[in-house]
Order: sequence, then C-alpha cells, then structure tokens
Amino acid sequence: MTDTIQVHDLQQGYGKTIVLRDINLTVASGDILALIGPSGAGKTTLISTIMGMLKPKAGSVTVLDTTMPNRQILAKIGYMAQTDALYDVLTGRENLDFFGTMQGVTKAQMAERIPHAAGVVNLDDDLNKYVKDFSGGMKRRLSLAIALISDPPLLILDEPTVGIDPELRQQIWQELHKIADEGKTILLTTHVMEDAEEADHVMMIRNGEAIAQGTPAELTKQYQVATIEEVFLQAGRDQDAHRRND
Amino acid sequence: MRIAGMIKRVLREMLRDKRTIALMFIAPLFILTLIYFLFQSNVTTTATLAVRGVDSTLVSAVDTDHVTIKHDTSKQSADKVIRKHDYAGMLIQKGDKLTLTLANSDQTKSAVLKQSLQAAQIKLKTKAAASAIKREAAAIKKLQQALAAATRNPAVAAQTPAQPSQSKNYTVKTHYLYGSSDSTYFDTLLPIMMGFVVFFFVFLISGIALLKERTTGTLYRLLATPVKRGEIISGYLAGYGAFALVQTLLVVLYTIFVFKVQIIGSIWNVLLINILLAAVALTMGLFISTFASSEFQMMQFIPIVVIPQIFFSGIIPVSTMPNWLQAIAHIMPLYYGATSMSNVVEKGASLTSIAPSLLILLVFVAGFLMLNLITMRKYRNV
Ligand SMILES: Nc1ncnc2c1ncn2[C@@H]1O[C@H](COP(=O)(O)OP(=O)(O)O)[C@@H](O)[C@H]1O
Ligand SMILES: [Mg+2]
Repeated sequence: MTDTIQVHDLQQGYGKTIVLRDINLTVASGDILALIGPSGAGKTTLISTIMGMLKPKAGSVTVLDTTMPNRQILAKIGYMAQTDALYDVLTGRENLDFFGTMQGVTKAQMAERIPHAAGVVNLDDDLNKYVKDFSGGMKRRLSLAIALISDPPLLILDEPTVGIDPELRQQIWQELHKIADEGKTILLTTHVMEDAEEADHVMMIRNGEAIAQGTPAELTKQYQVATIEEVFLQAGRDQDAHRRND
Repeated sequence: MRIAGMIKRVLREMLRDKRTIALMFIAPLFILTLIYFLFQSNVTTTATLAVRGVDSTLVSAVDTDHVTIKHDTSKQSADKVIRKHDYAGMLIQKGDKLTLTLANSDQTKSAVLKQSLQAAQIKLKTKAAASAIKREAAAIKKLQQALAAATRNPAVAAQTPAQPSQSKNYTVKTHYLYGSSDSTYFDTLLPIMMGFVVFFFVFLISGIALLKERTTGTLYRLLATPVKRGEIISGYLAGYGAFALVQTLLVVLYTIFVFKVQIIGSIWNVLLINILLAAVALTMGLFISTFASSEFQMMQFIPIVVIPQIFFSGIIPVSTMPNWLQAIAHIMPLYYGATSMSNVVEKGASLTSIAPSLLILLVFVAGFLMLNLITMRKYRNV
C-alpha cells in the first residue's frame, strides 16, 4: 500500500505568526486518520496546507504522489469545510450539482451520485428544498454529501460531526468505514473523542505541535489509560511540563 | 464545462433574487424617466427682463416666449429695480450705450436672458445684412457690448446682483456640443445615462455577489475544487454580462419607444459599448469587492469610484475643462463609454470612429481581470 498523504517537517503560519511546527505525518491509502485537538490548535491550517490552499512555509506536503500545492489533485479530494459554504438560494440538489460539476463529475455520473451522496446523510427527502430553509444540521450534512459527490480517493473532512445527532453520526461512520474499506483514504478533524476512537489512526495537535500519534489502542496502551480522552489530557500535561523545562 | 456550471449558477441565483432583478431592470427605467421629466421641463423657464430707454427694435427682438419684458421708467439703479421687483435682469440704454445687469440668483434664468439676447443679436444681424440699415447694425454692437459685460459678471458675483460694468467688445459665441439650439439637456444626458445606469448596477450587483461569496466562504470552497480562477471570473463575466445585455436592450427599447428619441447610429454599436462598459463595471466591481468586508463597505466605494465618473462622462463637456481635469477624465472608463455612446446616439458615429475608445475599455477590462486573478491567489496559492 502506498501513502496517500505525506507531510515532512512542515512549518506553517499566517504572515509572521507560526501556527504549526515540525509536523510529520503519513496516511496510507485505506486509512482513516483523525486529527484531534482543541479549537485554535491548527487543525484547519494543517488541512488547508495538505490541500494546497496554503504553501508550506517550510517542509513538504505530498498528496497522491504529487507535491502540493497542485490544482489538478483537488479533483481527487472530497473536501468538507469547517464552516458550511453553501448557496442559500439554490436547493440542496442544485448545490450538489454545482459543486459536482466544479469537481469534474459528468452529467451522466451525477444522476447516480446525487441520490447516493444524499442517502448517506439522510437528505433524500430534502434535496429540493432551498438551503436557506435548511437547519444547521442539514447544512452540515449537505456539506458532507458535497464532499462525497465525486467519489474521490481522498476525503478531507473538517469537523464533520459537529451538529449531527448521535444516530446519524453512527450512520455516517458506517459509511466512512465502508469507503475506507474500498481503499479510499480519509483525513478528518474533530474535537469529539468518540470520533477519534472510530479512526484507525489518531494524531493529537495542541498549540501547533503534534503531541501524540498512533492507533487508539497503541495510545491508550502507551499512556496506560483507558480512553483516548485521557491520553489527550495526559499528553497535554506532558507538553506543558516540557515547555516549562525549556 | 465548469464555466457553463458557473454561468448556470450565477443565472439561477440572480433569477431567484426578485429584488435584485427589479433593481437591475426597473430602476434604470425609473431613473431615466425621472431625468426625462426633470430636464425636459427646464426649457419652459421664463425670465423677466426690465428695460429702460431701450430702442423698440431691440426690445421686440428680445421679446420671446421665454422672456417677459417689463418697461421701467423709474430713476432707480438697476440693482434696486431688480431687488425690488425680483426681476431676472435689467437692460438699460443711455444714449448709445447698453448695460445688462443680471440678478443671477437663478442661473437658469440668467442663461435664458443671455440666450435671448444672443438670439436677438442674430436676428438683428440677419436683418441688418438684408436691409443694410445702419441703425440696426449699431444696435447689434451695443447689444454685443452689453452682453459681453454681463456674461463676465456671473463668475465674479454669482450670488449678489451683478454690478453693471462696461468693457471692450467681447465676441460671444455659443457652442452646441450636441444637437442643435433646440435640443434639450435631456438629449445630452440620455446617452450618458444609458451607459451609466448599466455601469452602476452591474458594478454594484456583481461586486456584492462576489463579496457574498467571499464572506459566506463559498469562494474558498469553490477554490478547493480544481476550478481555475479564470473560470470563476469568466463565469461571472458571462452570467452578469447576460443580465447587462438584457438591461441594455430594455433601456434602448424604452428610449426609442417611450421617449421617442431617435438613435442615429447603429443599435449594435450601442449594445457593444454597453457590453464593454458592463465588462469594465463587472471586473472593477469584483476587484473593488476585495477591499470590502461587508455590503455596507461596498456601498462606501460608490462615492469614491462611481460618482466621480459621472462628472467626467460628458454631463459637463470635458473639452471645456482645464487640462488637469481633462487628464483625470481620461482615466475614467465611463468617460470613454459615455463619449462613444453620445457620438453613436447623436451623431451616428461608426464603429471605426469609436474603436479607439472601445479599445481603451478593453484595456480596462484586461487590467481589472489581471488584478482579480492576482487577488484570488490569496485564497488558493495555485
Ligand atoms: N487566515 C488566518 N490568518 C491569521 N491567522 C489565522 C488564520 N486562520 C487561522 N489563524 C490562526 O491560526 C491558529 C490555528 O487556527 P486553526 O487552524 O483554524 O485551528 P483549528 O482548526 O484547530 O481550530 C489560530 O490561532 C488562528 O487564530
Ligand atoms: Mg478548525
């Protein structure tokens, strides 16, 4: 199996402020990696860099054997942004159709992709409603459906489970596992520990640094705790202690 | 494929926004109609002129529909008479000398008086030429002197009644930049406004549309697809261009069928000019929206980048401006658009004669396009 995402010694920031330091990361194809960390940790910044929206300040990012930034590779990435970016005056279906077209999905493919993507997020019955009449959760689900529309080899989801009820969350995870089983790669961010436990690998980010990395089982074993949450808290304390020593 | 998708989306969004549609299609007609009535009625201004001791040949030559003659026999000064009766002006003859005093509190009335006196001058001249009567020739000279003296006054004493003064013989010439002596100001304004309304509404609506894309995050999301930045701009250009075209057609048809104004040049040239103006407005609106973070801030750009353009669009003839102002006119897209439009509508200018202006408009479009492509780099580094 090849690695879908490779990040080497990445340093990233805005202007003069450094947001991410010494990030190293590989995601194999068919893998689900959860980036977990508090808000402001730099998760979205890392995702933007992997997608090539931002050029690395230092280090390198390779996605599907291509050095990023690269515009064409974006056709192979299904992206769900942290904030819903949807066209209010269009219906759910029209939003899917528009972003599908931008992503390079042909008209013929669309006829089959739209019902499938909408089905995964339980939006079948609401597709003809205008997005301005959607609830917050429905918008989140539509954003996820948009990420799935092109059936891409790589899914990058920024906080996909925010505002989604537990039942649907479980259904979405089932679908994500199914997608991963097909050999597709998933990178997602979350600050919900339950999401982290569903992932194959976890990377914890705090204050712009990777503080722990591994499978959930490895991590709980390494930190000798019962849950991922405790791992995170312990790793955070370690980081603070380390910093004080510096 | 992607451009088609962009166009489809822009059109859908526009068509569902009923208010914006109304703004784009009804507001221009409303504004033009308002201008039609405002500037059409201007012609009916009448001014009252007091005369004292003026030869009857002259008085009857001056006496027109727009001038009411009042004979004054008092010994008071012109200032006093004008103030007392609220006249627009007074013409006094003492021996061989004529003196015109203008109240000048209402400049349109002063203009009416001056025009009438100029007309009288021409009338007498033609008469004099025909009959070679010396007396009338002398009256012309007197009138010319008086007029020259009075026309210099408004600039100096615009608010207070002008001081009577005499001076050497100035020749007073009337230039009609457009049309003839009986065309109204509306005829001058119409072609300018035809270009302007399209420019203004396309600027505003496209600018706000892209701003909304920016603030709602859809622009960022859009750039997270393999779409080229050029494809986004092209989609906007074509989508809003289509609306600008419909808007122009509407304005042109309204002009022809409601105002009964004859467009002397080719309708195709009119459409071409407006499409180019719309393209400038669009690319400029998109670019300017980069510097606004809300609709309100977008509005704040109107007095800075849109309103000044009106002044240089031919409402005030640019050729009469001081050189430095003329230079400013030449960096205003609307100057080129409106001038070409006036030439086509009023003088039937051909495509080749307006081509240089159109080319400059194209340069504006290209320039703003480049700037847009560059600013969008901020959102995606490739
Ligand atoms: N466009 C930006 N310009 C400047 N600073 C930013 C920008 N986006 C994020 N940041 C800063 O970078 C840090 C990390 O933000 P982000 O990557 O959004 O964190 P997370 O997604 O983990 O909540 C924060 O301190 C935030 O203030
Ligand atoms: Mg984030």
